[in-house]
Amino acid sequence: MADPNERNGDNERKPGSADDADLSARLQSLDARISQASAQRAEAEPRPRPTSDSSALGQAFRLSAEFVAGVAAGGILGWIVDRLFGTSPWGLIVCLILGFCAGMLNLMRAAGMVKSARYDDKR
Amino acid sequence: MASPIEQFQIKPIIPVINFTNSSLFMIGAAAVIVGGLLLATRKRAVVPGRAQSMAEVLHDFVANTLVDATGKEGMKFFPLVFSLFMFVLTANMLGMIPGFFTVTSHIIVTFALALLVIGTVVVYGFMKHGTHFLGLFVPSGVPAWLLPFIVVIELISFLSRPISLSLRLFANMLAGHIALKVFAGFVVSLLAAGGGLMILAPLPLLMAVALMALEFLVAALQAYVFTVLTCIYLNDALHPGH
Repeated sequence: MADPNERNGDNERKPGSADDADLSARLQSLDARISQASAQRAEAEPRPRPTSDSSALGQAFRLSAEFVAGVAAGGILGWIVDRLFGTSPWGLIVCLILGFCAGMLNLMRAAGMVKSARYDDKR
Repeated sequence: MASPIEQFQIKPIIPVINFTNSSLFMIGAAAVIVGGLLLATRKRAVVPGRAQSMAEVLHDFVANTLVDATGKEGMKFFPLVFSLFMFVLTANMLGMIPGFFTVTSHIIVTFALALLVIGTVVVYGFMKHGTHFLGLFVPSGVPAWLLPFIVVIELISFLSRPISLSLRLFANMLAGHIALKVFAGFVVSLLAAGGGLMILAPLPLLMAVALMALEFLVAALQAYVFTVLTCIYLNDALHPGH
């Protein structure tokens, strides 16, 4: 409270009209800067997915986990298929390759390169 | 000197009912959460005190994350998501106290949490949308001859979610705690080596201090990542495909 009052007092001591013009000019430039900044923020905000980790190490862990999980899921699925239908080793081979594809897909989705169809209606 | 992975050993405390140190710290984490939140919100002041505003910040943080990812109707999952976030965060933070056991450094624990999330997604998705939920595996705008491959790949991608969800948290915790222990071990071995090598001993100590700070960051960050991904997966259950 003390600071703006003091400023006001300062302003009143000086001759009026030139100072008013100066003040309104400053207000205008401030408005312009605020609108510019908010426009920038609005531009930056809609990202494909909210990736949370800013640190590169976190990103590396996240992406590698996505890929490894894809391959692992494919491998497990292939193993189960082989166990159920006795098609060893073809289920494992095919599903591992598909799992590799799924891992790549996971990876690119996590990196935001491929926009998944089902995340479209989120925002 | 203790080996770096000795800290992850599960030791029975009450062998008759299989009560281990892991169980103890899970119950400890739950007790810390419940006790802390009850204590913090005991006064129910309109103008919150320090503890109460911290509890409110935690609540609003998780609520905002959930609403951002799933929209307003996702709030019915708030109890689940908040419990998950608080449990993972508290378990990670308890693990940072020297000598304490880190519950989340065991993949069976994180995998159980991830299965809970995916199980909720699958059960709720089928309850709410029926077979329309399977549209999740059929992306729009794919040529017909490619569709079988894409469906299988999408299916494997979906199956990999609980794995990646649990793997990420588990790997971060495991790697961080091993790295800390290894660098702390260097200090001891350099000191034990004696002579000129003793001068080098403060270097790994500095590294251990820096790693400690990083580990606190990772502990909070991984709890947040777990929560965000939970929200994204729940979003699939709420609004699958088109």
